[in-house]
Amino acid sequence: MAPRGAVETARAVAAGDLRAVDVLEEHLGAIRAREGEVHAFNLVTQDAARVHAAEIDARVAAGGAVGPLAGVVVALKDNMCTRGVPTTCSSRILEGWRPPYDATVVRRLAEADAVVVGKTNLDEFAMGSSTENSAFGPTRNPHDTSRVPGGSSGGSAAAVAAGMATVSLGSDTGGSIRQPAALCGLVGVKPTYGVVSRQGLVAFASSLDQIGPFARSVADAALVLETIGGHDPLDSTSIPAPAPTLGPALVEGVRGMRIGRVTDLPEGAEPEVLARLDEAVAALAAAGASIVDVTLPSLGYGLTAYYLIAPAEASSNLARYDGVRHGLRVDAPDVNAMYAATRAAGFGDEVKRRIMLGTYALSAGYYDAYYGKALKVRRLIADDFARAYGACDAILTPTSPTVAFPVGAKTSDPLTMYLCDVFTIPTNLAGHAAMSVPFGAGAHGLPVGVQVLAPALGEHAMFRVAAELERRAPAAGGR
Amino acid sequence: MAVESALPGDWQLVVGLEVHVELATRTKLFSASANRFGDEPNVHVDPVTLGLPGALPVLNRHAVELAMRIGLALNCTVRPCTFHRKNYFYPDLPKAYQISQYDEPLNVDGHLDLPGGVRIGVERAHLEEDTGKSTHFGGASGRIHGSDHSLIDYNRAGVPLVEIVSRPDIRTSEQARQYVAELRAIIAAVGASDAKMEEGSMRCDVNVSVHKPGTPFGTRCEIKNVNSIRAVGRAIDHEARRQIDVLESGGTIRQETRHWDDAAGRTNTLRSKEDADDYRYFLEPDLVPLAPDAAWVERVRAALPPLPAARRAALADLTGAAVDGEAVAVVVERGQDDYVRAVADAGGDAARALTYVQQAYAEAGASPAVPAADLAALTRLERDGAVTATQAKTLLADLVAAGGGDAAAMAKARGFEAMDADALEALVDAAIAADPDAFAKYKAGEQKAMGALVGAVMKASKGKADGKAVTAILTARAKA
Repeated sequence: MAPRGAVETARAVAAGDLRAVDVLEEHLGAIRAREGEVHAFNLVTQDAARVHAAEIDARVAAGGAVGPLAGVVVALKDNMCTRGVPTTCSSRILEGWRPPYDATVVRRLAEADAVVVGKTNLDEFAMGSSTENSAFGPTRNPHDTSRVPGGSSGGSAAAVAAGMATVSLGSDTGGSIRQPAALCGLVGVKPTYGVVSRQGLVAFASSLDQIGPFARSVADAALVLETIGGHDPLDSTSIPAPAPTLGPALVEGVRGMRIGRVTDLPEGAEPEVLARLDEAVAALAAAGASIVDVTLPSLGYGLTAYYLIAPAEASSNLARYDGVRHGLRVDAPDVNAMYAATRAAGFGDEVKRRIMLGTYALSAGYYDAYYGKALKVRRLIADDFARAYGACDAILTPTSPTVAFPVGAKTSDPLTMYLCDVFTIPTNLAGHAAMSVPFGAGAHGLPVGVQVLAPALGEHAMFRVAAELERRAPAAGGR
Repeated sequence: MAVESALPGDWQLVVGLEVHVELATRTKLFSASANRFGDEPNVHVDPVTLGLPGALPVLNRHAVELAMRIGLALNCTVRPCTFHRKNYFYPDLPKAYQISQYDEPLNVDGHLDLPGGVRIGVERAHLEEDTGKSTHFGGASGRIHGSDHSLIDYNRAGVPLVEIVSRPDIRTSEQARQYVAELRAIIAAVGASDAKMEEGSMRCDVNVSVHKPGTPFGTRCEIKNVNSIRAVGRAIDHEARRQIDVLESGGTIRQETRHWDDAAGRTNTLRSKEDADDYRYFLEPDLVPLAPDAAWVERVRAALPPLPAARRAALADLTGAAVDGEAVAVVVERGQDDYVRAVADAGGDAARALTYVQQAYAEAGASPAVPAADLAALTRLERDGAVTATQAKTLLADLVAAGGGDAAAMAKARGFEAMDADALEALVDAAIAADPDAFAKYKAGEQKAMGALVGAVMKASKGKADGKAVTAILTARAKA
């Protein structure tokens, strides 16, 4: 029997047909069964979750109102602040720090009566594509525990794929939701920049970061996005509009839509991945969409621009971890030595690498050649997309060039790891919407995801396409 | 006005000032914590102030409005602007970057006219956040290096500042002092800040260089820790002489930041240009561009109160006093010009009112307790010769002490009754009779001799005689 989804759970809990505490215990059982091999979580908050679930049940029993995610078990990437609950970003430097406040998304989930089951593992400060860069050890792909779940939101993806949570939240700076969704056989959404508040999301690269859901269905992802999205006065980059209403998009189909197929995609995708993409395009054509060839010539430069812009912002965002106010402090004779000792001990190699890259890119004498040029590429990519969206409503590409790869396969070569995000990064640079939808299997029978791209605030069109792909997807991969 | 800092030789001083003022907002620039000076340390803090992970800045609209008031009062253009991050490590800078404005500031291209008429360009007046305040213990210098521990108060972190950058148009230390004084008066007048240098709500950095006319500007040094208007003048004078000494002995000036030691009256090297931080400015991605619309700018402009220069001109016009004189400057600075006008409106003598207010109302604030009509009555008594200037001064003190009253009744109570003309003439004639030598000398053109005669009359009248009337009678007698 397929596990119950969020839509079904919330409806049944609200109706009194299902108890939130029983839903929670099912998931805690899955955690007990598989967490040892998967390591999706940095922290399981089962006591608080049990109290919350019981409170929801009591409210239903008393005839009170409950929210749209009543009793739905949610996992949070451990870079979202939770009041009084450790928030580590999978980094030693934040060990022991308990935020005095909830992220806006956490508050909105609570108001919707979702039950938070824990904080999930990630690449340290969301820097990575495999969840191997965690100070607390790697997360494994539930489909094959010798392989990575993708990253950086690998813990959130693995938790849902292993049935430890019904849905989860990740953050996506260059593909950190979509790529693990593809590798774990899930739906993963990177909303338009500004649709979901970043307040309380520990920043990696502020102009690129966006929170979004993982789910086992397009409908569940839509429900979560409707719940967490919408204007937040505490985030100045939040779009002043309510959350998108996505219900209609799930049933409208794609008849009459124009779907872009990119004829100059960067190379390097596995043949099975490209085959699934072709099948997805054909499926949409069969469903009544017209297929339009588009070119995105700047796409290939996205990776380079991203690895200047994101580290530049990160070098500034992570400068506050100086041992003065919170988290780790390594004592030393003077303040500069204390900074150096604290940061040397607290950050992992990938974080240090990006801080150095970003500091260099912003330095006097190098700014124009690196950071300045990257900003120009960013504009070129946005221009390319604008041209393409003149001819189509949404674009299909692969999400990840490959299926899930073995643990350790890419850790020795950062550049190979960076190539994981070649198809996902341009969306973040443009601030657009994109999501990954499972579409059959690739090498070794592992899940393959197809990426649906849409322009800014194009969530409605994107979810129409995603829902159609879900209806027409071949049998899912996995073992 | 005398230039006190005349430089040796034909050296010419070039000064530019960077003045920071803390805005008088209720809350901080990017968060809801109170913007308040003098409370227990670390009580006005929140996740944004402390730079906690995940906290995001939200721009304070009132701070923008106060910054626009400053810009408009300095004749700046208010323009669409952006915020940047200025990155450096220091314990009192919680995020390890300061949110400031870089290449697109809010206010640009203004000017400030000194009371004497010299126009000083204002390059920009931009918004930024203040840092926390560090206190270092156990070191000799009071600085972080060499100290054994430091305490940090983050109450000030995130307090909104406007930094006003002048063009290098200032040529004397006196002009620099006037610039700071005038800037302070303008900022206080528009209600943007209390601008108290002694409390640090107004702080100056001074850029000083010297050159010979007709040659390019010299290398400049920036002087920090200049905490009073007096220190502005002293620091500039000292630094100019230091630079001239270096140049005249064949040396060169290194571009550096220097620290003003007010007690020792000298500047010391803080850091040279080579040691300067690379601030790695880049656009602050947590904020969006700020573009005050024309209607907002015009609303702020229309609501600006009359500025000190205009108020000085009006007061000079009303009283006949010099527009750049001390009486006008002092009374406008105290905000008592409206009171002087009220005295005049109540039928008082404006010139005398100005003098009284300047002399006796130092502590009275903008709205003195003595009703304007009461002071008006006193000015009339003096003008009409009913009391002498000396008596008026005594009555003024009585009025201030009592918080008002009937000046005529007070004069009567003190026995300040004007002598009638016949009695006065009799006293003068008696004085002449008592000292004919003096009168002869006076008649022969020795003005000094008159003093003895007037003094004799004043003594005989027990101070009730009006000196001017006595002089007039004496003059008439001498011509007879």
